[in-house]
This record gives sequence, C-alpha cells and structure tokens, in this order.
Amino acid sequence: MSPPSNRPTSPHLQAYKLPLTGIISISHRITGILLSGGLVFFVAIMLSIAGGKQSYGDMQALTSFWLIKLFYGGFCYALVFHLCHGVRHFIWDAGKSFDRDAMDRYALLELCISLVITVCILLFT
Amino acid sequence: MDYRTPLAKVKGLGSAKTGTSHWWMQRVTALVLIPLSYWILTFLNLSFHASYQHIVAWLIAPVNTVCLIAWVIAAFYHASLGLQVVIEDYVAAVGIKIIAVWTVNIFFLHVGAVSIGSGFSYPINRLAYVNRL
Repeated sequence: MSPPSNRPTSPHLQAYKLPLTGIISISHRITGILLSGGLVFFVAIMLSIAGGKQSYGDMQALTSFWLIKLFYGGFCYALVFHLCHGVRHFIWDAGKSFDRDAMDRYALLELCISLVITVCILLFT
Repeated sequence: MDYRTPLAKVKGLGSAKTGTSHWWMQRVTALVLIPLSYWILTFLNLSFHASYQHIVAWLIAPVNTVCLIAWVIAAFYHASLGLQVVIEDYVAAVGIKIIAVWTVNIFFLHVGAVSIGSGFSYPINRLAYVNRL
C-alpha cells in the first residue's frame, strides 16, 4: 500500500519501556481474549447438564482434576481483573483520572482489589 | 446533509462506520456484566460440586434463569465486540479481516444460543417429563 520511505518511525515496542498502565492495558486485552475462549468451557458445562445425570457426573469428575482447578483460579482472576480495569475505563470515559499520579495509583489499586476479590471468591465459596 | 463524495460512499470508507454504536454497546454490555458476574460465578462454583437435582433446581429458579440468560447474551455479545476490535487492530488485509470478524460473530452467536438452549430447555423439559410420570 504505502511506498517505502526513510521517514522516522515511532519507537518500537521492544525499545520502549511500557509504563504500568501500559502493561495493565495489554493485560486487559489478553485477559479479554482468554475469557472469550473460556466461554467455550461454560458451554461445555451447559451441554453436560443438558445431557443428563451421567454426562454431568463425567463433567464433575473431569473438573475435580487439579489442573482444571488451577485453570479455574486463573479464570476467576482474569475475570475480576478484566472487570476492575473495565471500571477504570468507565472512569476514563467520564474524562477523569488522566494525570500521571492518578494513573499509577489506580493501576496499583486495580491489581490489589482484583487479587483480594479473587482470593475471596476462591476461599469463601 | 451528507458531505461525503459518491466515491467514498461506494467504497464504504471514511469514519469508523458503525463505530459509535459498537463503542456504546461495548460499554452497555460491560456495565450489565458487572452485577451479572455474581450469577456466572455462583453457577460455575455450583457446577463443580452440586448434585444434578441441585443444579437443575438452581437453574430453573426464575431469578437465576433470567440472570444467567442475561449474562449469556451480554457476555457473548461483549466477547464478539471485543474480539472484533482485536482483529481489526492486528489484521491488515481487508478480506481476511472481514472473514475473521464474521467468523467470530457467527461463532459466538451460535455457541451462545447453544448454551441457552441446552442449559435451560433440556432441564426444564426433563423436569416436566419427570413430574408427568
């Protein structure tokens, strides 16, 4: 499309230290993609319920495996983190908290809150 | 008053096309999903250890039925909107981009419909059948 040129390009991702907000931003996108993939597992659980007692029992036998438990823990953290950063986006949409100090403060706040909520979900349910 | 040239209209170029409603629906579904997260997490947690009778009883309780179906619609819509943005950002070739976006949209529409259909109609029918016996 565009002709080759010698014009300067913007700093490449590898030569640019991402600020904390930048790391969280790409994490938001990555968790979004992973959660979308996770929806397929929700459908699998629904299908196992539709199949009746036998297939439901088979599904439970599979999900009691430790790797699946670990996977579920990761799913919960991804979900809560994505939710917390989503709330952050609402605050941005309202035109607030764009100054440098607020950026880092909110970023740390999101990480801490999402960790606390995830631990609560996994321990108290 | 439309200031766009006929050529631009034919090519469908310019602006973000349906970008405003896309952006807006992303926000609306996100807001709806915040309270509905309670239902998906409760459901997943139950599905790991609850008995079959228990999970079916939970699913057919009216509040749970409505909220979980609302979650499915909002979540699958939100996911396809989000993946569309990712595809548009990283896929440069127009043809592949259109095919990829529509594949994602149709996939999530289909899979969302399957989960509602399987998760709700089957347990309810089964229960109705058992009660008739």
